[in-house]
Amino acid sequence: MASTKTPAPMSNTPIPDLLLTAALWQDQGRKVALATVVQTWGSSPRPPGSIMIIDDRMTMLGSVSGGCIEGAVIQEAQEIMIDGKARILEFGVGDEQAWDVGLACGGTIRIYVERLEHS
Amino acid sequence: MKRSTLDQLVRSQQEKQTIVLLTDMETGQQDTLFPLSPQAEHPLLEQILAAVRDDRSFIYETAGKQTFVQVYNPPLRLVIVGAVHISQFLVPMARMAGYDVTVIDPRRAFGNAERFPDCSILNDWPDEALAELKPDHRTAVVILTHDPKLDDPALEIALPSPAFYIGALGSKRTHAKRLERLKHLPRLDRIDGPVGLDIGAKSPAEIALSILGAITAALRQGDNQGDNQGDKK
Repeated sequence: MASTKTPAPMSNTPIPDLLLTAALWQDQGRKVALATVVQTWGSSPRPPGSIMIIDDRMTMLGSVSGGCIEGAVIQEAQEIMIDGKARILEFGVGDEQAWDVGLACGGTIRIYVERLEHS
Repeated sequence: MKRSTLDQLVRSQQEKQTIVLLTDMETGQQDTLFPLSPQAEHPLLEQILAAVRDDRSFIYETAGKQTFVQVYNPPLRLVIVGAVHISQFLVPMARMAGYDVTVIDPRRAFGNAERFPDCSILNDWPDEALAELKPDHRTAVVILTHDPKLDDPALEIALPSPAFYIGALGSKRTHAKRLERLKHLPRLDRIDGPVGLDIGAKSPAEIALSILGAITAALRQGDNQGDNQGDKK
């Protein structure tokens, strides 16, 4: 069976890889948080269900926007990894923080950030 | 998220099984559901199945409670039987649209890495190769060899599978003959033949475009969601 294979170049970040990596990070002793887009209004680059994973060394993989709010999400994730309290973050055009981090695409995004527990 | 929940999501993706994660936005309580299982039970099963079909995650509200329904579908796949000229255009187009593409052709002169760089090629008989790939409700099967001894065995495997799209190349006459040869098989009307949307395509690239158009229409607008979901209706 002759078989050569490379992943599709333009498809989205594969979710199975993100989930596997989150498990791997935890096995390596890192704290891990998951950020998931749960709702969007107007134009936003990533649809609901999009995932980003974050560890306690500020490493991130995947995306929840076109790169405009990831920095803010990583910051929040650090606290969530410690207190374990999941929260919903909202970023929008009218949102001062979003302006700070540069969400100028004209949309609003709600992101659910949670800690990956050990059991 | 519990580690056990994460592990379950990973396992389902590896087993190419659709799983849905339900998260209570207030309490963080999470449950999972296999919506395509015949035993699946949920008050919102109908909406969930529609979301699975559209590959769309959403929030629903009941009695002031918000739940995020996250659909984890297996990846989209396209299996092409026949490493022909049209396939050389269809492979890159389908990959751009997000499909994991495999080409099956036992004829090594056709199915080789020189003609199909960066693509999974299986030089096995179509029925064996296709049976091994196990087409699921996220798989499209396109049959393009134009040779009944390669095409027909592939259709024997594809037709009873939950594949969301099955297309076969050939003129109206060729297709009529094919249906006659295969009349012992179930659900022949599932075959899109002549393959593709009717856009007057002539060149191999145009035909590839019409095929990808038909696949997209079946994925996004189709009511043929394969065996599992069909049973629900």
